[in-house]
Amino acid sequence: MSEDEHKHARKKTDEHASEVRLEAMVDTEDGRIAPPPVPATAQSGDLHPEASSQTVGQRIMSGDALVAVLAVVLSLIAGGILIALTDEDVAQTATYFFARPQDMLLAAWSAASEAYLALFQGSVFDYEGETFSRMISPLMQTLTVATPLICAGLGVALAFRAGLFNIGAQGQIIIGATLAAWVGFGLHLPVGIHLLLVIVAGIIGGAIWGGLVGLLKAKTGAHEVILTIMLNYVAIYLVTYLLTTPAFQRPGSSNPISPLLDETAMYPPLFGDAFRLHWGFIVALLATVFVWWLLKRSIIGFELRAVGANPVAARTAGISVTKGYVVVMLIAGALAGLAGVAQVAGTEQVLSSGVAASFGFDAITVALLGRSTPWGTFFAGLLFGAFRAGGVTMQISTGTSIDIVLVVQSLIVLFIAAPPLVRALFHLPEPGKTKGPRSPKGTRSRKPATTGGPA
Amino acid sequence: MKLELKGITKKFGSFVANDHIDLVVEPGQVHSLLGENGAGKSTLMNVLYGLYEPTEGQILIDGKPVDFNGPGDAMAAGIGMVHQHFMLVPVFTVAENIALGNEATKAGGILNLDETRTKIRQISEQYGFQVDPDAVVEDLPVGVQQRAEIIKALVRDAEVLILDEPTAVLTPKETDELLAIIAQLKSDGKSIVFISHKLREVKAVSDLITVIRRGKVVGDADPNASTTDLASMMVGRSVSLSLNKAPAQPGEATFVIDGLTVTAPTGQRVVDNISLQIAQGEILAIAGVQGNGQTELTEAILGLQEHVSGSIRLEGKELVGRGTKEIINSGVGFVPEDRSVEGLVGAFSVAENMILNRYDQAPFAKGLAMKPARVAENAAERIAEFDVRTQSATAAAGTLSGGNQQKVVMARELSRPLKLFIASQPTRGVDVGSIEFLHKRIVSERDRGTPVMIVSTELDEVLELADRIAVLYQGRLMGIVPGNTSRDTLGLMMAGMGAEDAQGTDPARTDPESGDK
Repeated sequence: MSEDEHKHARKKTDEHASEVRLEAMVDTEDGRIAPPPVPATAQSGDLHPEASSQTVGQRIMSGDALVAVLAVVLSLIAGGILIALTDEDVAQTATYFFARPQDMLLAAWSAASEAYLALFQGSVFDYEGETFSRMISPLMQTLTVATPLICAGLGVALAFRAGLFNIGAQGQIIIGATLAAWVGFGLHLPVGIHLLLVIVAGIIGGAIWGGLVGLLKAKTGAHEVILTIMLNYVAIYLVTYLLTTPAFQRPGSSNPISPLLDETAMYPPLFGDAFRLHWGFIVALLATVFVWWLLKRSIIGFELRAVGANPVAARTAGISVTKGYVVVMLIAGALAGLAGVAQVAGTEQVLSSGVAASFGFDAITVALLGRSTPWGTFFAGLLFGAFRAGGVTMQISTGTSIDIVLVVQSLIVLFIAAPPLVRALFHLPEPGKTKGPRSPKGTRSRKPATTGGPA
Repeated sequence: MKLELKGITKKFGSFVANDHIDLVVEPGQVHSLLGENGAGKSTLMNVLYGLYEPTEGQILIDGKPVDFNGPGDAMAAGIGMVHQHFMLVPVFTVAENIALGNEATKAGGILNLDETRTKIRQISEQYGFQVDPDAVVEDLPVGVQQRAEIIKALVRDAEVLILDEPTAVLTPKETDELLAIIAQLKSDGKSIVFISHKLREVKAVSDLITVIRRGKVVGDADPNASTTDLASMMVGRSVSLSLNKAPAQPGEATFVIDGLTVTAPTGQRVVDNISLQIAQGEILAIAGVQGNGQTELTEAILGLQEHVSGSIRLEGKELVGRGTKEIINSGVGFVPEDRSVEGLVGAFSVAENMILNRYDQAPFAKGLAMKPARVAENAAERIAEFDVRTQSATAAAGTLSGGNQQKVVMARELSRPLKLFIASQPTRGVDVGSIEFLHKRIVSERDRGTPVMIVSTELDEVLELADRIAVLYQGRLMGIVPGNTSRDTLGLMMAGMGAEDAQGTDPARTDPESGDK
């Protein structure tokens, strides 16, 4: 750019001073584009408002943060009502509701509040604990449970960002865990190297299972949802079978369970033997930082986000969409593999057919709640870890079924999937309200420029 | 039937799309609404058609106020609309499409199309439409599809017909036919509301022109007013419609296409044995009606098409068979025809869009890591240079206006040394002020010695920019003619006539209107 042309450009700016407002006001590209009176940044609320994409899946995963928080609040309220409804005291006092309504209301309040208090006590801080370590033991438990959720959630979130609905975390965790466990009990290596190899094996296992999905999608165009669901089945039955073979089954046992992993293959405890929390949590934390860097600061992340937000433009800009699918599924699988490692080398210490529990599916919820951002997923993972850890205490101390926790978890997703419902309940403004016209032409267009609210 | 709009105001939140618009459409009159994209023409017509409820104001038919709750009410009142994008089911026949919405049925709910067929034939004969009721819509040429839309309105006894940008998809010949149809409808006592931003057509067809700018009526104009005056009214400042570019100084022909053929997955040859050359410092415009192989031609050059044979050489280097990234990196700048789908990632910031095809190169990346500071710096420079109106470089590109989005794409492609510059529909949906700017940038790229290929379906743009014009018809090259070839000749070529035949039928070789531009 020569000096001359710079001057030319400046001069143009002056010449067209009158053009500013004209253009700003009128050129709305058939009403598709909201006109600039509202600052663009305020409209999107985000530097990268991925919500402008059009698929349902993407809309679900990228509602706004406030909606996510409110969804949790709403779900807890709904859960509380459910607890009250199923409570015996409430049922008894309800028989004379019209004579003394306050009895029932009090009973309902105490049922719900006691249950949630127990949930808190079992997941964050046990104020009745005798020693300090007893007091924080619930928090440690929460972090332990959250570890695989965070790892697998990151995998699902990353795939979301590339426009892929990765339902396959379950299978990826299982295969990762299987490989990691085999290295853990099959090889006998020195401290340090052994654990490192276990981690690498888990990463490779998950990456293979995820990468397979990406490869099949890229080469054959098969839909990733079908592929991941089917590969989940393959993984589940494969590990069940393997656990009946001599290579995996614990010698002398008739149960489908592997030998204990070597001491050298295990994550060391993070805060001493008193707690189950292990170094896997730190690995999950590092994984979160890694995913953040990958998405925000690396060329791979740039490619993945472009592929997810607009594959046609990505392709036109020379980014290989098919390669993007393979790469993102490799990494997503690797992250889920880390969750498998956290299970076999941390919490469970053996490989069993239930090694993945339901972490692979909860990971989807975690990623949704975390709006597919690394840190959102991290905190959503902590929340769900707390639900799982605290649910047990809640059931023991108040008799409230642990299933309530599942209901609350499910409701959260339901509310997140329907942002207009949450907005309506809390009288939040519609994202489209303050925006410009959207003519029928606009609603027909492939790509509404702004967030997915109905305008 | 006399149609009156009184003080129509339509607000979306704080944005006023229509501001106290008064409009009277007299029977048997062609009334044009002239305005730029987004001036509020379509919003106004959607209010009239019952798709939007006006915030304020009244619609009067023959002096009586009416209240439309939906298009059904508007149709019942005798208002018909032909949308810019046709509302036809492609796999249905014409009769089925026209019956759609109020289908007659026989006993047992069986569809009865006989009545519709008869009506279609009747209207078709009356106006010389030549539409077969049993033809499947997707097999019909665009012009005929449009006539089917018009019949759809007439079958429902429309007295006022709204045509929204009807010529955008037509060949010059089809446009002439449409204008003839409009004249016929007019003589039959129907009123026509003709919406367009193309000055020539508006002048040719209208009895009265109402100019709308920023949601307000600027005033009425006489169809005999000069194009320059109309353009100034439309934009709100004086516009220079001619570029006055210096004559090309063509150098060596460094871009050579030889026997290029692109086959669609269906086996059809969408680009058929095309050979052409572009010299350094020359603009070659590819003219043709939309969908005649232009998209595939540009995509083939960029390596985006799969079944390509023949040869494309840039400075002696063969491009066929290379990946898109490699082609871009070898110095090909490309502005795709649909910026919001192919050119930009709407959810990405302006800054990221400015480096969409250079994100992995120095100075924006080192190894796997990107350098956000360099990206921001680049964005600030380009925004200033191209005068992109955006809140900030971090605003999502999708929130920008069409003209500014196009500037982002152009800025990206023109901000590196190029060996070839290709721009498809460089100014589609862009306001007049920005068109001027973008055209100047294209010419200055030419003057820097870059071979430039412009693909445009707008003849005005082709004539404005081109040093030479290549016309495509059904994937074949109809010929390459000089940049000052007359509109009529080009029109014939766009309809499938060879260059020599077309020029033979046309005594005047130069454009008679060129002085008016």
